[in-house]
Amino acid sequence: MEKKYAKDYTLIELMAVAAAREIKDREIVFAGTGLPMLGAMLAQHTHAPNCTIVFEAGAVDCKLAHLPMSVGDPRTMRFASTATGLFDVFSTILQRGYIDVGFLSGAQIDAYGNINATCIGDYHRPKVRFPGSGGSGDIACLSKRTIIIAVHEKRRFPERVDYITSPGWIDGPEGRKRAGLPWGGPSAVITTLGVLRFDERTKRAYLASYHPGVTPKQVKKNTGFKLDVSRAKKTEPPTEAEIKILREKVDPEGIFLKKVAAEE
Amino acid sequence: MASKVDDKIMSLREATKLVPNGAHISLGGFTTQRHPMAFVYELIRQKRRNLHFYGHSPGGDLDMLIGAGCVRRVELAYEADEAFARIGPRFRRAVEGGLIEWEDYSNFGMVQRFAAGAMGIPFIPTRTMLGSDIVKKEGFSEKTRRSDPKIAPKKLATINCPFTGDKIVLLPAIQTDVTIIHAQVVDAQGTVRIYGQNFGDEQQAKCAKKLIVTCEEIVQPEELREYPEHNLIPFFRVNAIIKVPYGAHPYACYRYYDYDPEFLRLYHERARDDASFREFFNEYIYGVGDWEEYLGKIGGAEKLRKLKADKKLGYAPKLKRG
Repeated sequence: MEKKYAKDYTLIELMAVAAAREIKDREIVFAGTGLPMLGAMLAQHTHAPNCTIVFEAGAVDCKLAHLPMSVGDPRTMRFASTATGLFDVFSTILQRGYIDVGFLSGAQIDAYGNINATCIGDYHRPKVRFPGSGGSGDIACLSKRTIIIAVHEKRRFPERVDYITSPGWIDGPEGRKRAGLPWGGPSAVITTLGVLRFDERTKRAYLASYHPGVTPKQVKKNTGFKLDVSRAKKTEPPTEAEIKILREKVDPEGIFLKKVAAEE
Repeated sequence: MASKVDDKIMSLREATKLVPNGAHISLGGFTTQRHPMAFVYELIRQKRRNLHFYGHSPGGDLDMLIGAGCVRRVELAYEADEAFARIGPRFRRAVEGGLIEWEDYSNFGMVQRFAAGAMGIPFIPTRTMLGSDIVKKEGFSEKTRRSDPKIAPKKLATINCPFTGDKIVLLPAIQTDVTIIHAQVVDAQGTVRIYGQNFGDEQQAKCAKKLIVTCEEIVQPEELREYPEHNLIPFFRVNAIIKVPYGAHPYACYRYYDYDPEFLRLYHERARDDASFREFFNEYIYGVGDWEEYLGKIGGAEKLRKLKADKKLGYAPKLKRG
């Protein structure tokens, strides 16, 4: 069947669709609040009906009828397989190596996909303080791969983050191994302007695709580090079916879809 | 050791006596779920000072304690009401203004530290946080660490595993002076049952030297002992029991009530500014005699009806959230 691309969609819907497409069927997914939840739920309704969503606060593979506003939301209890707590989920699922893909976000993302969710400026005298790691440092260290969601602004994409809350490739291809991390690393950064991926050899971010209405030059201009755009293609737009499912099944209350863009 | 007889049931005010100034405490719940809020409000009214707070992902429970000037130091992973606010406004202000001392870990890191304390071991090995600045940067100064023997002498240690040679992080155990949790059901002896995810409550409760449990209902021991496999904490670990229906408001308590979006939005709007924050506190905490009066203030029976959980789902499906 030929794909019918949607004509009317918002940026956040486009990003949710891009997030969903990163998930493969049968994978075990660690999802956080907001866009990752939209993406993971959309994937379940489309190409990945057998993917399992795990919430760090305890619920495993629930059947959501209402969009959670917290990873510990009582809505995540509905028909879950198990519901324990952080210690069990982090140790026996994440650290044990069962999470295929984890979603992350943060205030700053650098050229190697390291994330800062802690502070701007010196750690002891921060200019701006953010909420902190939560589970994101754990997901970054111990998922088999990670997808990062971010607002694309120059100040949010520096060469080096002020504080590594959640390690990406750290400083290149040997970074994670040297740090002692057994596996993992970021595979994509879905931003408000495009999708970045990481060069296989250098592990530096490059522009893989730019969203409809955006030019590679614009993405370059809004990135604080030197960005290779030579491989960039246009982001595949959402299909009519994907948008319908997002609006009617995933977030009919408009809890996240009505927000302008992924904050943080 | 706490006894089996029914002398643990008390008032919020009596129970706050178990938390002296300078105590090392932890509160149950997770971001917008099941924090012991009635107890938090009472601690604020009692003007506790210099508390040392341990948490994984607290929300407004910690933000309000900080805003009220009760907290001196925090060890945590996160502080926000998730979808309602990107960060607790009082926490942010306190850190940026240097009004408190802080030490960052990850969520997994913190629950492992509670688990180690609960198991009575001095540290716990983990693979998480490797490669991050959480491992590289200490929050507390040497002076702070020396000032209180209950604070770990160092944040963590990285070693090579003696068996495999793998790089591994060792995290120091936490044993709190007092942990306070809010449970759905407790019996008069203290056996605790929690419905839904327990978050980190199990580890936070079991690492405590003293445990205070606020709850929705107190039932006969026979009722909980009919299905002991559903109970989380044995009675002898519990020192105080306080019945406070809706005691986690404005946060959700699975099977009983949902979070209160209206109140949470109001809090975050008011807490951004010093003056409006003080007004908010005067209205909802200092100016309120007891929990009954508080529940009236937040909208009374009509509000509670809106928040009441659907029996089957465990939350309020028709609640206006967007």
